Amino acid sequence: MSDEANKGLLSPLRRKLLMGMAALPAITMLPRASFAQAPATSAINTTGLAVTDTEVTVGILHSATGTMAISETGSIEAEKLAIEQINAMGGVLGRKIKFIQEDGASDWPTFAEKAKKLLVNDKVAAIMGCWTSASRKAVLPVMEQYNGMLYYPTFYEGLEQSKNVIYTGQEATQQILAGLNWIAKEKGAKSFFFIGSDYIWPRTSNKIARKHVENVLKGKVVGEEYYPLGNTQFNSVINKIKLTKPDVIFTDVVGGSNVAFYKQLKAAGIDLSKQALLTISVTEDEIDGIGGENIAGAYACMKYFQSLDNPNNKTFVPAFKKMWGEKTVIGDVTQAAYLGPWLWKLTVEKAGSFDVDKIAAASPGVEFKGAPEGYVRIHENHHLWSKTRVGRAKLDGQFELIFETADLVEPDPFPKGYQ
Amino acid sequence: MFGDYSLGDLGSIFVMQGFAGLILFSVYVLMALGLAIIFGQMGVINMAHGEFMILGAYVTWMTSNFFQSYLPSLFSGYFFLAMILAFVASGALGMLVEWVLIRHLYKRPLDTLLATWGLSLILQQAYRSVFGAREVGVELPQWMLGSLHVTESIEVPINGVFVMCLTLLITLGVAYVMYKSRWGRQVRAVVQNRIMAGAVGINTEKVDRYTFGLGCGIAGVAGSAFTMIGSTGPTSGQLYIVDTFLVVVFGGAASLLGTIASAFSISQTQSTLEFFLSGSMAKVLTLLAVVGILMLRPQGLFALKVRK
Repeated sequence: MSDEANKGLLSPLRRKLLMGMAALPAITMLPRASFAQAPATSAINTTGLAVTDTEVTVGILHSATGTMAISETGSIEAEKLAIEQINAMGGVLGRKIKFIQEDGASDWPTFAEKAKKLLVNDKVAAIMGCWTSASRKAVLPVMEQYNGMLYYPTFYEGLEQSKNVIYTGQEATQQILAGLNWIAKEKGAKSFFFIGSDYIWPRTSNKIARKHVENVLKGKVVGEEYYPLGNTQFNSVINKIKLTKPDVIFTDVVGGSNVAFYKQLKAAGIDLSKQALLTISVTEDEIDGIGGENIAGAYACMKYFQSLDNPNNKTFVPAFKKMWGEKTVIGDVTQAAYLGPWLWKLTVEKAGSFDVDKIAAASPGVEFKGAPEGYVRIHENHHLWSKTRVGRAKLDGQFELIFETADLVEPDPFPKGYQ
Repeated sequence: MFGDYSLGDLGSIFVMQGFAGLILFSVYVLMALGLAIIFGQMGVINMAHGEFMILGAYVTWMTSNFFQSYLPSLFSGYFFLAMILAFVASGALGMLVEWVLIRHLYKRPLDTLLATWGLSLILQQAYRSVFGAREVGVELPQWMLGSLHVTESIEVPINGVFVMCLTLLITLGVAYVMYKSRWGRQVRAVVQNRIMAGAVGINTEKVDRYTFGLGCGIAGVAGSAFTMIGSTGPTSGQLYIVDTFLVVVFGGAASLLGTIASAFSISQTQSTLEFFLSGSMAKVLTLLAVVGILMLRPQGLFALKVRK
């Protein structure tokens, strides 16, 4: 069943691209066919979710205002695009997806409150949402208490697993280890300097990275520094980097600090084409603010780059730009957010039901062949099997793919030997 | 910790670290000057200071885009025009805000805190609606990037030197205006005794408006300059506001010299500690020291002697 859906995925995109071409009658039949088969609402919705004979309601819960709006805007855009595309092919079990968007306002209690509102008042069938770990942690008890389903898009620190959450981004070991292995092998790197923002994700990620560098790669961490969120002055730590001369600077600085860090790095005469720098926090979105000329040459390690050369991505990128403007860029998390509605649709079709318990049980093994990053599959632990890639930042703000793992990397949210 | 390094290395690091401290000092002075004028001279707590800075940054971004599209040959010099435009835009907005909002609140100084905080939220959302929620990248002319090679191992960031020169110029300018010009005398007279100043024929309303405008205008220039070292987004102003208030309050509200002295001590402490400890620890210790000193000396480092 999921295969059939995957085949149909390309059709609305292609239809838009090749407007007026009459070569697609077979594909346009698909939605009609699924309408005809639409099962009775009482059979597929036994827990009183907002499902009617023609519509199903989901929630979108991100920060459209406040400091996180910078990052979460892309996720909102991606989820809306996915929903529009799914509707264009006939929706889910013959029902069009309607969404209710709530604003978490970059405030964690607000996230929890809005999640409760979506589940209790609106009875949404699933929520696409959250971005920071703090907002996810605030929403998690609500999801578990009222038995909701959350599709969470951000790469994060791991150490979490819930029946009520599907993690569509990478957890820390998935994202970091392959990148470190690559740079150790490719650059012969032995000494690493870690610098991050001071909160849970960078600290956990660096802990994992340190264990890997010391125990597996037999290298040395010559410095590990944290700066408060929003810090704008990095001259002192840049001097320390100059003093210790590490083979690799490994960074997980986030938000506005990122911009300051790379601008000052460049101003201090550190040339990223000679000094290897591996970041796990800079996507195309961030480069918009940093400026390509300030970060060109740096390596980023994640699962998706806008420049990926595969058929899925070649239809995804133009569709995204058509909906949200030629100048918008698509980063790793934006792509992961795009997976949320699709994975939910495929899981609902596999389970043959909107019931949350059945979706949670049916999730492991669901595969999405139309993912812009290539192919993903949900693991028993509700994270995704995905490839890890290394890209090099270019002047125009895009990444050039340098390396990708041969196989899908298994998600391991509770890594042994790394805690 | 220094055992592994050669003397030459250490020497050049200390020189560069000295520069890092001076650059931080200039940044602090530049961002605090506008606030010091408004807070010190008028007693208005302007929580929207950061947003006036970001207006300057957005003006710089627009100027840069304009030059790139229409006058690419003059791109290398656009920054100077951008700073002037930033001053004018932020200053004009400041005067408007004073006229609409602040002048009704002079008798209720604490309410200005709430009003300007609301203003900062409004401005943030306005930037988000107009320029989008994402950060924008301000492209700089080539000569402002990179660093000066002083010796083999000593490198000084050009944008840091630029900020230092700019800070020096603006500080001298403000000092001249405040202490030598006729208008500065009027401002100081209004601060000391509003009623008497009015009685001798000074138009106190006008003085207030221009003072507020000047403070906001300087914030705009600061924001313009900070596009070189920081981010430009709807909420970027929030990154500066805490440090700015710290510098002004620590220095003693009514004193220009105090602001400079406090910026110097905070920046040197911060930058030295950052080198020996980690960034977060340095911040904690700096804040602790400031809190300790303010407990002993609540009026700040320098304060005007006034008869209570």
